[in-house]
Amino acid sequence: MRDVGIIGIGQVPISEHWDLCLRDLGALAALRALEDAGTDRADAIFVGNMLAGELSGQENLATLIADSAGFLPIEALRIEAACAAGGAAVRAAYTAVASGAHDFVLAIGVEKMTDHLTDGITSALATAADADYEAGHGVSFVALNALLMRRYMHEYGSTHEDFAAFSINSHENAVHNPNAMYRMPITAEDYATSTVVSDPITILDSAAICDGAAALLLCPMDQAAAFPRQTIEIAASTVATDTLGLAERPDPLHWGAIDVSSHHAYEQAGLAGPADIDLYEAHDAFTIVSALSLEAAGFARRGEGVTLAREGRIAPDGDVPMSTLGGLKGRGHPIGASGVYQVLEVVQQLRGEAGPTQVKNAKVGMAQSVGGSGSVAVTHILKN
Amino acid sequence: MQLPRYHRLRRSFYRLEGTRCNRCDRLFFPGRRICPDCRSQDVEPYQFRGRGTLYSFTNVQQPPRGFGSIGPYAVGMVRLEEGPLVTSQLTDVDGVDLVIGMEVEMVTRKIQDSSEHGYIVYGYKFRPLLTGAR
Amino acid sequence: MKTERAVGIVGYGAYVPRPRLPAKRIAETWLPSSSRPLPVREKSVPGIDEDTVTMSIEAARNALSRAAIDPSELRAVWVGTESKPYAVKPTSTIVAEAIGATPNVSAADMEFACKAGSEAMQTAVAYVGSGMADYALAIGMDAAQSKPGDALEYTAAAGGAAYVFGPADRALALVEASNSYVTDTPDFFRRQHMHYPEHGHRFTGEPAYFTHIQGATQEIMSELGREAADYRWAVFHQPNPKFVHRITKLLGFTPEQVKPGMVVEEVGNTYAGSSLLGLAAVLDVAAPGDRIFFCSYGSGAGSDAFSLVATERLISMRDAAPRVRQYLSHRYEIREYGHYLRHARKIRMH
Repeated sequence: MRDVGIIGIGQVPISEHWDLCLRDLGALAALRALEDAGTDRADAIFVGNMLAGELSGQENLATLIADSAGFLPIEALRIEAACAAGGAAVRAAYTAVASGAHDFVLAIGVEKMTDHLTDGITSALATAADADYEAGHGVSFVALNALLMRRYMHEYGSTHEDFAAFSINSHENAVHNPNAMYRMPITAEDYATSTVVSDPITILDSAAICDGAAALLLCPMDQAAAFPRQTIEIAASTVATDTLGLAERPDPLHWGAIDVSSHHAYEQAGLAGPADIDLYEAHDAFTIVSALSLEAAGFARRGEGVTLAREGRIAPDGDVPMSTLGGLKGRGHPIGASGVYQVLEVVQQLRGEAGPTQVKNAKVGMAQSVGGSGSVAVTHILKN
Repeated sequence: MQLPRYHRLRRSFYRLEGTRCNRCDRLFFPGRRICPDCRSQDVEPYQFRGRGTLYSFTNVQQPPRGFGSIGPYAVGMVRLEEGPLVTSQLTDVDGVDLVIGMEVEMVTRKIQDSSEHGYIVYGYKFRPLLTGAR
Repeated sequence: MKTERAVGIVGYGAYVPRPRLPAKRIAETWLPSSSRPLPVREKSVPGIDEDTVTMSIEAARNALSRAAIDPSELRAVWVGTESKPYAVKPTSTIVAEAIGATPNVSAADMEFACKAGSEAMQTAVAYVGSGMADYALAIGMDAAQSKPGDALEYTAAAGGAAYVFGPADRALALVEASNSYVTDTPDFFRRQHMHYPEHGHRFTGEPAYFTHIQGATQEIMSELGREAADYRWAVFHQPNPKFVHRITKLLGFTPEQVKPGMVVEEVGNTYAGSSLLGLAAVLDVAAPGDRIFFCSYGSGAGSDAFSLVATERLISMRDAAPRVRQYLSHRYEIREYGHYLRHARKIRMH
């Protein structure tokens, strides 16, 4: 296996893009990554996307994006792992380069959600869950997370207010990210009075519907020196899985896929454990996911994920900085693209280009993309 | 839900039929054709009694497409007395203060009043246990 | 009519949905300045996820609990109703599948306005009585339709009951005899593609309800050589309390005899479920040896009469399922007429 690094990043600001279609979003991000790397070479692309078939009636997406970006006839494959599709695309690009199959590979994440009304998007997102036994009963994706959040509060005696710090932190950091969707801070009062979506989950517990695309150019470390930008090494790339149905797990509050993929990643990166991570871009699609992620990845004991947030330890100057450029909540969560944005933001942090929310002396960063209700977790650890 | 798919699921939907692994005795709901523990395919249908306790609950304020006519509705996870946990809609809960741990029982109700082809999807839901003996 | 082989009710089960609409909600919407007395206090309304199929399934499960038989022993599942969820496609096959009675079973939906359920009972008695089957399930269930603002809207309700008929040695109540009395009387009808039924106003009383119940009752009484006083309890079809009080008096029964089976005040008229639900309420309180008189009425028109005797087994099996009273107290009041319109699917979206 060859060591792999990231030599270019590109993104489209997350927004409701009335004028940009799926193919253009993906192609624009890809070309920006090549521009950043100072090259026009891409040997293959892996496109992370979850909903193109469901929301745009468009399968065969990777070829379309390769065509749109002028990459034909290179290898182009779409990677789907529900909400973890972006992370999975990075993983696919990584394995392609590490194995020697290709030298210069783009990992692209793209999602176009805003052409639909809420019920259509709710149905589409529910395809990440068990179609027969969860979605087939009208249990929406947000409802599954709400079931977890209520159970969490019940088992650990925490309150809804305890989760506020996750959302407040994400919004505060998003203010300084020009590519983020929600560049406005929120207060504890805003959080407490937010509209309920699926009790106890409110709008301010959840990442919003949006469009976006991001891309990374990967190449072997031994060829990276020829390019202008600082190379960020991918020190670990892991994937782990769990049951699709939330109810089929021995303990729904323990996300085994995150546990396994995180701990494999620490080992692969030669780290002692989570204490060696300088920043953690978790899959904060819902505040409850942030808490469960911190616990499963080993940053907090069971039931204490919320404590880390409450004590301010997840801020850029804390000991476990999270959502440093807004996370899914503040930056936005274009489903299949989010995993690529997460890795891209870790690259920004490790290059020292994160602006006002720069984590000081950041050397090791972790990005984690989660699909379904914790049924697949993709973890990447990056080093500068 | 597509008609053939609904038909295939009818026993589990109508009456909470799952499976039991004959090699390791583990019970499954939803039923599994292959036991994930021992990979045995020697499984047989198992009829759950339909009683359990509420593990968690919430309300769906924004129903997915196809569920609008019955929404908003409550959903929950139920720990069956035989062991498995089931995710399901909750019914007959207007005016009821739902509490984790409360006793619930399975009933068969309309899950979707009208699919895209006009047929009705019936299936299990749970309601607070009717007071009195059973 | 009597069977070759002695037959009894071996299991019974009721169902009444939880939502209730007070009659005054209808009155204040349609007759805001009227001081006319209301026919009933309130009526049951199906929950938003309920219909004749789902209500039949629960009643059938209750009946099977009391019968203590394996559902696969049933040789017939018949649902009498005038509110089939599908115009074409049997209600009964869905019920049979849900209770685990398929596939070696006969199944059909019966339609005879409010006496469809008792027609299913007659057929089940014959099936078992002839020796064709050991067990047959008869259900009378309705989510009754009524035009918004119509007089029937105050009473048109939802609910019913299920009965497993079987051999006399397992009976909770023995069937002594039964009979049917039918004429062509156009008192109430609904044509295909009409959402709501039409009714004959005053015509529904004298030539319809009263004539047919009297006819069926007189016939069976003379066959058995009995009179009203020979029965401990009596149950009639219950379109409203007034009709029941009058028929009780006309036939020489006392208010005490019909009291335990009178559910119309609290539930309304459950159409094909009405008399069957009343009978379930009587079985909930009857003592061994109590003789029970039952007579349905269905528009179109006809009546089925049954003479029953409660057995010792009734006492031991009664608590195997919820009683009618439990369903009556399992109640959630609908506070807005608009909510009721939505529940009852009276708002046409397209």
